[in-house]
Amino acid sequence: MAILVVAEHDNKALKGATLNTVAAAKAIGGDIAVLVAGAGCAAVAEAAAKVAGVSKVLVADNAAYANQLAENMGTLVAEVGKGYSHVLAPATTSGKNFMPRVAALLDVAQISEIIAVESADTFKRPIYAGNVIATVKSADAIKVITVRTTGFDAVAAEGGSAAVEAVSGPADAGLSSFVGEELAKSDRPELTSAKIVVSGGRGMQNGDNFEMLYKVADKLGAAVGASRAAVDAGFVPNDMQVGQTGKIVAPDLYIAVGISGAIQHLAGMKDSKVIVAINKDEDAPIFQVADYGLVADLFEAVPALEKLL
Amino acid sequence: MKVLVAVKRVVDYNVKVRPKADGSGVDLANVKMALNPFCEIAVEEAVRLKEKGVATEVVVVSAGGKACQEQIRTALALGADRGIHVETEAELQPLAVAKLLKAVVDKEQAQLVILGKQSIDGDNNQTGQMLAALAGMAQGTFASEVVVDGGNLKVTREIDGGLQTVSLKLPAVVTTDLRLNEPRYASLPNIMKAKKKPLDVVTPDALGVNVESKLTLVKVEPPAERKAGIKVESVEQLVDKLKNEAKVI
Repeated sequence: MAILVVAEHDNKALKGATLNTVAAAKAIGGDIAVLVAGAGCAAVAEAAAKVAGVSKVLVADNAAYANQLAENMGTLVAEVGKGYSHVLAPATTSGKNFMPRVAALLDVAQISEIIAVESADTFKRPIYAGNVIATVKSADAIKVITVRTTGFDAVAAEGGSAAVEAVSGPADAGLSSFVGEELAKSDRPELTSAKIVVSGGRGMQNGDNFEMLYKVADKLGAAVGASRAAVDAGFVPNDMQVGQTGKIVAPDLYIAVGISGAIQHLAGMKDSKVIVAINKDEDAPIFQVADYGLVADLFEAVPALEKLL
Repeated sequence: MKVLVAVKRVVDYNVKVRPKADGSGVDLANVKMALNPFCEIAVEEAVRLKEKGVATEVVVVSAGGKACQEQIRTALALGADRGIHVETEAELQPLAVAKLLKAVVDKEQAQLVILGKQSIDGDNNQTGQMLAALAGMAQGTFASEVVVDGGNLKVTREIDGGLQTVSLKLPAVVTTDLRLNEPRYASLPNIMKAKKKPLDVVTPDALGVNVESKLTLVKVEPPAERKAGIKVESVEQLVDKLKNEAKVI
């Protein structure tokens, strides 16, 4: 079997999600090639060549792929993917954007957000916001798959020495163009790759109070997240949302502060190794999944926690 | 500009579903059904475009069994002008739905198609993108703002780490994210009026679409249970446990 993994990157660096996706490819088993599509992305291709288990890196370096617009990516990946039995991409907002186009162009189903590989054609994926795990089997000649990165431990970023090969792809389809991007700037680690995540919910009462969480996070080297309730209430921007419709995280330690534990939030964090809940309502559902629960007023507990760290 | 909105009938988001005892599927007997929340946002966006004078007509389409006419009527009560029901009892996968929608878009010559980014049952997040690819259209997925600007569409998208803005040539496909708008409630007079709005029924055969899929469901199961841990008495005890028992800090 030959597996194509589409790399996640920003033209400068290879993103960690790619390493989890390669791990899923390894679980399927076969020859693994990584496609780096971008503009001025030679450094990314070099990094991809070093990833353990990768045998070939294909680079499509063209202005048409600079911002990975779905229209151009879809055509390119479908074209390159024809020679493979499996085409994988991480289930990030980028992968989710172009991969269904790849599947449609190849006239095959897409298998979204797999969390486990049962065999080369059978996979597990969460449905109903993670309340049910479905096992699905595909009889399509090419399996187009997005990978939930928290389901697979990342492979080593070093240790490989794959050959790098240039590929040409279709030119810019001219259907869409990139206007701009507003990315949250932060010195803290990214939510999806952080070892520790501190999240706040509606109990935080306002955006200013998140300052307390930032202080704790900075002492722990943690990322800061939020529940949908906190995002909808306007406390913090939506890119901090952890949950079924936000980011899926699985850090070593997840500290939920003032979060009741709605199903949709649990779906985004319940695979964390250790969960701590701080909430003044002792009946909050979050305590049912927490390894350590502290029933307390967060406005007293969080500053006290910060002092002890 | 004619706007087409695709909607899906799903289990109400407040219902906690369970796998059937034999693992053959999800137990949907006597469960409350509703319009998929992301589809509701799609309908709202289309109706707002009409209220702004940008859209001339809002056509709502759904594929599935007879019962999904209820959700089409809901969308009509929210302000859509007419409905199309693609009637089939077959289990529809996203690719099949995208093909059906492509046939409807061709027939209707819609300039803009708005869909929810995903349905809360299958959580696939595929149909809009597949439709765009099949129709050779641009796409603006996970939209939090949509502005029609002459022959182009400016879409602000929710991406990992922030927001991205793209400009799309029309016709185009947009899929909605949660923060695009807050859907209205249907008023009683509008619910009554919706009953009289036109609703056409077509079949996949009539649209020339084969809805078979090569993806089969082997089984469903509940997710691994996470056991509740212990309650600690103080912040000091918590820090001690994290350091010495869990060893995570």
